[in-house]
Amino acid sequence: MNKQPMSQKTFRDTDMQAVIGWILRLGVLLSMSIIFIGGVIYLYRHGQAIANYHTFKGIPDFVHNIHGILNGIITFRGQAIIQAGIILLIATPIIRVIFSAIGFVLEKDYLYIGITILVLLIIMVSMLSGHAG
Amino acid sequence: MMSVIVLTLILFIGSYFAGLLGSLTGLGGGFVIIPLLTLVLHVDIHYAIGASLVSVIATSSGSAAAYVKEGITNIRLGMFLEIATTAGAMVGALIAVYIPTNFIAILFGIILITSAIMSLRKKAELINQEKNLLAEKLKLNSSFPTPNGPVNYTVKNVGGGFFMMGFAGIISGLLGIGSGALKVLAMDTIMRIPFKVSTTTSNFMIGVTAAASAVVYLQRGYIDPGLSMPVAIGVLLGALSGSKILVHTNSSGWLRWVFAVVVTFLAVQIIYNGFIGKI
Repeated sequence: MNKQPMSQKTFRDTDMQAVIGWILRLGVLLSMSIIFIGGVIYLYRHGQAIANYHTFKGIPDFVHNIHGILNGIITFRGQAIIQAGIILLIATPIIRVIFSAIGFVLEKDYLYIGITILVLLIIMVSMLSGHAG
Repeated sequence: MMSVIVLTLILFIGSYFAGLLGSLTGLGGGFVIIPLLTLVLHVDIHYAIGASLVSVIATSSGSAAAYVKEGITNIRLGMFLEIATTAGAMVGALIAVYIPTNFIAILFGIILITSAIMSLRKKAELINQEKNLLAEKLKLNSSFPTPNGPVNYTVKNVGGGFFMMGFAGIISGLLGIGSGALKVLAMDTIMRIPFKVSTTTSNFMIGVTAAASAVVYLQRGYIDPGLSMPVAIGVLLGALSGSKILVHTNSSGWLRWVFAVVVTFLAVQIIYNGFIGKI
């Protein structure tokens, strides 16, 4: 089993669990509130429109890039606000990983600092390759 | 033809139950969301995968917040295995473009049936305490709280589990599901981790895994806001109800049966539609 001094380590691990739980809760709460607000606006404006998702056409330009989304938020476009909430939701577990890295730095756990950074790198490569594809 | 508001309401209610079942069984909500969207509402499978991924992240993060607080989740184990799942998810999302949609549908059905069968296995709560050098080096061994005090456990077959997690990641990225069943299989059967720890740690990893492929799908236009909105909210509320039940009770045996039957029925439908080329 573990040969490290348990008392200090256990304390820090519990701390990290508290922080991670807190980040996940905050991220989900915030992103869901944004999605909900955007949803209300979207339904109010487009609720009576006919839904058409039979064939894949991608998504409208104004929710497909950061510039369009920011513009959409300023002009209160429901779908842009929802998309901003979705991006925050996707970012939440990634932010959790970043905070785990900080936690491992505080614990001076070099092995897990490396592992956490590797996970972040993989996600970054994924993001860039998605852009290229 | 359906108006946006009617579709939103149907999606919200369906997603609530998907989230509830997914959380109670540890398999994730995606298993019900994709069939609901494609079979019942005739939504294109690309949009279905996108909306499902968003719901998977909401479910995972929402209930992980509760589990992490209880101290059951093994964060180091999750972190280590996330190397395999995120790399797999990236590969899955990238190759998804080159795979015909009806093949994706058939693969989805097969994974669905496999997961349903696996969720019915008898869970013998064996606590592994054999020494394992690699698990010790990686600090994967830990303990979890029980009413009779903390129970120590060790992790077996680290390499095999890691490899299986890579596969779970590919499936997750390809199909837009959490692959919870494959993750639990890797941890239960291969690594001999106690059931409660494997369920919660799998759930903890699902969010990051899904995020790794969601960043690809987001840029490809799979994630439609109008569709994802009721799905994400519904699944999250369902999952929160589910996690409250799971933390406070121990028996969900009959629910697994209900879930397995529903899921097998949906799987057969999806495979059939895949074969006749309707998906």
